[in-house]
This record gives sequence, C-alpha cells and structure tokens, in this order.
Amino acid sequence: MIDIKNISKSFADRLILNNISFNFEKGKTNVIIGESGSGKTVLLRCMVGLNEIDTGDVLYDGRNFYDLKFKDKKEIRKEIGMLFQGGALFDSKNVEENVVFPLSMFTDLSESEKRDRANFCLQRVNLFNSNKLYPSELSGGMKKRVAIARAIAMQPKYLFCDEPNSGLDPKTSIVIDNLINEITEEYDITTIVITHDMNSVIEIGDNIMFINKGENWWQGSKEEILKTENKEVQDFVYATKFMKNLRTKF
Amino acid sequence: MKLLFDFGRYFILMRRSFGKAEKFSIYRSRIFEEINNLGIGSLGIVGIISVFIGAVITIQSAFNFENPLVPIYAVGVAVRDSMILEFSPAIISLILAGKIGSSIASEIGTMRITEQIDALEIMGINSASYLIRPKIIACILFSPVLLIFSMFLGIFGGYVFGIMSGVVTNYEYVIGITYNFRPYNIIYSLLKAAVFAFIFASVPAYHGYYTRGGSLEVGKASTKGVVYSCILILAFDLILTQLLLA
Repeated sequence: MIDIKNISKSFADRLILNNISFNFEKGKTNVIIGESGSGKTVLLRCMVGLNEIDTGDVLYDGRNFYDLKFKDKKEIRKEIGMLFQGGALFDSKNVEENVVFPLSMFTDLSESEKRDRANFCLQRVNLFNSNKLYPSELSGGMKKRVAIARAIAMQPKYLFCDEPNSGLDPKTSIVIDNLINEITEEYDITTIVITHDMNSVIEIGDNIMFINKGENWWQGSKEEILKTENKEVQDFVYATKFMKNLRTKF
Repeated sequence: MKLLFDFGRYFILMRRSFGKAEKFSIYRSRIFEEINNLGIGSLGIVGIISVFIGAVITIQSAFNFENPLVPIYAVGVAVRDSMILEFSPAIISLILAGKIGSSIASEIGTMRITEQIDALEIMGINSASYLIRPKIIACILFSPVLLIFSMFLGIFGGYVFGIMSGVVTNYEYVIGITYNFRPYNIIYSLLKAAVFAFIFASVPAYHGYYTRGGSLEVGKASTKGVVYSCILILAFDLILTQLLLA
C-alpha cells in the first residue's frame, strides 16, 4: 500500500501539484487520470523520488520515503518495478540482458538461474524467441512487454506504469492492460498506472484518481466515474463520441 | 554565476561517480567493455594522425635547419621531443576529446532523454557511478597505451618519410632520436595524458548526464562537452608544463 499525503511540487514559480493526497491500495490497479499537463507524470516521479517534492509525505507500507536515508531509499527502490512511457530499455543490451540486468546487480544467482528467471518473466509477458533481439529490433508492444518483464524480474512490491499503452494499437493496448492487471492480482502488488486512455480506465481501473490543474479533483471506482456529476471529470471521460454514446446506457 | 553552478554540480557528480559500487564484478566488466569501446576503438585514428604528424615535423624541421652549424641529426631530436613532450599527450588528447568526448556525451545524453538513466535510478542503482566511472577509469588506464603507441608511430613516421624524402639519413635520424634522451620526459608525458584522459572523459559525461529535452539538446551537450574539454586540456597543458618542466 502506498499513501501520499499533501504532496505539493513547483517548478520555479509554477505550481504543478497542489496538496495531493491519496491511498493506493495493495492488490489493486490504481489508475491516475487527467489531461495532458495536469501533473500525472510529475506526481509519479515524485512518488519514486525522481523529482523531489516541496512538501508532503510518500509512505510505502508506512515507511516515509522522504524521511529515509539514501541507503534505505535504495532498498525501497529495489522493491519498485517501473514501466516507462517509452520502455526505457537499455539500447546496448538485448532482451534477455535487459531482464537479467537487475538480477545481476542485486542478486547472487548463478548465470543459469538468472537466465531461467529472465525466461520465466519473458514467457509471463508472452514473449517467446526474442531473447537475442535488441530494443531497436522490437515493436512498440514488444518493448513494453520486455519492460514489464524487467520490472517484475525482481518480484517488486510496487509497480508503476507511466502511460503503458501510449503509441500502441487498441488490440495491443488491451493485451498490455490485461497483463498489468493479471500481474497485480497474481503477485498481490500495489500497481499505479498513469493513463489518459478511458478504455484502459474501464478495463483495469479498480481505484481511480482524477487530477485536474495539479489537484486531486475526484476519486472513486470505474463504476462511479461513469456516473459522476463532476463536470471536469465528465468532460474528460465523455470526450469521445464513443464514450458519449456509451453514456446513454447509464 | 552559471559557471560556478556548473563547477559545483560537476564536482558533486564526480563524487557520486566515485561513490560506493553496487557490485564490483559488474564494474570490472564494465571497465573492460569501455576499454574496448573507447580505447581500442581509438587506436586506428591515433596511429594515422601520429604517423603523419611525425612525418610533417621531420620535413618541416629539415626545411628550417638549413644553417650548416645545425647538425642534420637535430631533425631526429626535434621529432622525438615534439612527439614526446607535446604532440602525443596534448594533440592526441584534443583529437580524442572530439572522438571519445562526443561519443560519451551523446551516449549518456541519449540515455537521459530516453529515461534509461531514470530506469537505473528506479532500480536503486547509482547511475552516475554505473555509467561514468567505468568510462573515466577506462580512459585513464588506456591513455598510457595510446600515448606510447602514438610516440612510437610518430617517431617511426618521421623516420620513414625522412628517409623517403631524403631530408635525413638513417644514421643521422637514429643518432638524433637517441641524443641526450631524458626518460623523465616520458613520465611527464604519461602524467599529462592521464590528466587529459580524466578531462575528456568526465567533462562530456557531465554535459551528457544533465541533458534535458530532446535530440537537439543531446547534440548541444555533445558540442559543449567537446569544446569545454578542449579548453580545459589546453589550460591544464600550460599548468602542468609550468609545474613539471619549468
């Protein structure tokens, strides 16, 4: 479980996040939605310490990340798996080496054990016979799947996904969404997904936070978001014709 | 003010780069990787440039030593001392600042903008130490090899072109390169090359590491890294020469 309390963040004089609090539940896919530029990615980066916060607390199962010493922060980071928007795979390493990398850095497993673990993770994300390919030889969907495999290699307790289906076709998007959902339930981890794709929200969102102008504007379940009377949320959710048509059914 | 900011941030980055290693065996293999990429990959260009520099010094020296009071073997002395004292450590380092420096800045800069450095940090890895330290150590460890290689080929290039063009004989050239030889000059040169290697590895790494934006900024970081490395190499060339030779 991750708790964020009263998080604020500014860049120069520009306030990006304003007093945001939320509880991300364990074993559930927690989704952060909002328009582009609303502060979703900054919030995620603040939560994992890639950006420092101005005020507030980030608690990983009660451990306040920003109160910890550098060494203890590193320990929490070893419990975090992260899927970046572009995958962030290491260009100089092939698929297998990318997945093996965190295992080589932090475990004393033998080469064959590391390879077995990497193969298990790659098979878990339905990637077969791609071990020797380099990131430049992979499609967008494959890159995301390798990134998920790398993120789960160390059996994380917390999984962060920054727009996991951006740039993917609808079919591959659903595959990635389902994969994230399955992994969350299977490993009973706390998953946080940033997206502005409503299909994803409806597909996997157990616990939803809507950010608007850097503030926690609305929160609830996927059933509630379709029925909310909040104007800003409605404008976001029903922005497409498809969703407007869907609305008539509720 | 910006200069002071950069100066301070550079030293903080260097301190982080030489912080505690996550796993020694990984760093050791990374150093060998970088020696292969940065050092061995530079042998070709260093060799070609050294041969031609040696040849040009030979011909220019012979052209200028027309006075009958100056012995012809002075050509050999001029080639040897020019190569050992200045051309091999300084000029080759300036060239390597262009080749290796731009490669380091663009590699690290691209890793920054494609979030690969963030990915390392999220895993709990000291990204500065993992990326920068092996490059610096590889450049420093391999600089004596490149230096000796350059000195040898420069003097050899001078010999071949000197004989071929007839400006010096085999006997005179060999007398010249052995005349009043000071082994200290080699030590002075090795020391300079090690300092220059640290500069052309660390300064572009700094500019690459703090790249923000897109591919345009990676290009700018690479240019800045090379330009600042060259200026610093020239400044330290002067300082070290004053300290060690004067």
